[in-house]
Amino acid sequence: MPRNPQLNANGELQHLLSIEGLPRALLVQILDTAESFAGVTERDIKKVPLLRGKSVFNLFFEGSTRTRTTFEIAAKRLSADVINLNVAASSTAKGESLLDTVANLSAMQADIFVVRHGSSGAPYLVAQHVKPHEHVINAGDGRHAHPTQGLLDLYTIRHYKKDFSRLTVAVVGDVLHSRVARSLIHGLTTLGAPEVRVIGPQTLIPAGAAALGVRVCHSMNEGLKDADVVVMLRLQNERMSGALLPSAQEFNKQYGLSAEKLALARPDAIVMHPGPMNRGVEIDSNVADGPHSVILPQVTFGIAVRMAVMSMVAGGG
Amino acid sequence: MAALPDAEALCAQLALELRARIGPASAMVGIHTGGAWVAARLHAALGLAQPLGLLDIAFYRDDYDRKGLARDPKRSKIPFDVAGKDLLLVDDVLYTGRTVRAAVNELFDYGRPASIALVVLAERDGRQLPICAQHAGARIDVPAGMRLRLKRDDRGKLSLELERAA
Repeated sequence: MPRNPQLNANGELQHLLSIEGLPRALLVQILDTAESFAGVTERDIKKVPLLRGKSVFNLFFEGSTRTRTTFEIAAKRLSADVINLNVAASSTAKGESLLDTVANLSAMQADIFVVRHGSSGAPYLVAQHVKPHEHVINAGDGRHAHPTQGLLDLYTIRHYKKDFSRLTVAVVGDVLHSRVARSLIHGLTTLGAPEVRVIGPQTLIPAGAAALGVRVCHSMNEGLKDADVVVMLRLQNERMSGALLPSAQEFNKQYGLSAEKLALARPDAIVMHPGPMNRGVEIDSNVADGPHSVILPQVTFGIAVRMAVMSMVAGGG
Repeated sequence: MAALPDAEALCAQLALELRARIGPASAMVGIHTGGAWVAARLHAALGLAQPLGLLDIAFYRDDYDRKGLARDPKRSKIPFDVAGKDLLLVDDVLYTGRTVRAAVNELFDYGRPASIALVVLAERDGRQLPICAQHAGARIDVPAGMRLRLKRDDRGKLSLELERAA
């Protein structure tokens, strides 16, 4: 069997491309390491010298504010130099290929490429072509994966619920277009969460969903019952073509998270959302800002998780 | 080869020795893992007012580029304001001095202490940095190719052991 392209010969993380295929011990190691970095982010001086002298290139072929910013903060807290490139607006527009862009940045002495791309698999292509000392972190590729978001979701769940072994997790909404959902589901099943449900209209649930080890529900009543964790997904208007939904209002009525629907979940349930939120579409404001919401802590945890991933890939010979 | 000194007796002896330097601004920080065990002993024996601090220096090591990040770094916890404190920095064995260098750098990211004194259970030859201990429980000759380690058994008893260096 060919080696997992994310791991080196010693089984250590070399690139982070997808949660799928990462062994459980490695996922736990990332979460534990992030936990230590969370301590750093609570200090007055939120910086450690690990990546001093290293360069992190944020290579975003697709728009992003939260992910790009938290990667930038994480790299800076590790003392790396960060270069943000809005590639979509420059080289690519002039016709440069993805690999040529990367080769040029490599000539500027890069150590880590953080890549977001609209095409699934683009970070894999980059990882196949970088030099041995260069590392690739997938910051979201097409509909495929968003592993650091998945990891920060796992970190958030572990932070509030401590243990995955008895959890019921409901992932609600536009699962079809969601790389976040895919990454989280792989992580949850690897870490042993016994019940993962996906809830949404038939048109927004991928055909092979059940093969991922999840239970598919088409009603909130069924899907939210006794859930410990409710993960709301953004309705991705920009990725929708054709008539997948009658209207956003109709979606809100059926699948939007209101306080009444949330009452079906456990009284201590947490509500998560990867952002950006469409208030009044997939989530009501009183839930997003309510006592069950851990949406803003997710953002904070994302910094520690990205510090952990960057310091794990970039260390060693 | 002479028998190694008893680690528990060394802790007790160090606690006696340290008593004279304890003042109102004293606080103690142990370096994970062996140093934290020793520090827990000393902290209890001295009855320090400030809670015990713990450092894991994984994020400050100088061999990150060669060896990568340690597998399971613990969260450093300094549950008091470092500024103005007379810190007792505790480790189990002082060898190259690199761990202490990293620990001092990390401490300064928490604030500016009034002073730092280094307290070790045992010291051996092999310093690679201009670092020395203000209080050392014992000085131990370690044969080439061996390393000196502090162990803790199931009941929490500490002991020094020689083992082959990796």
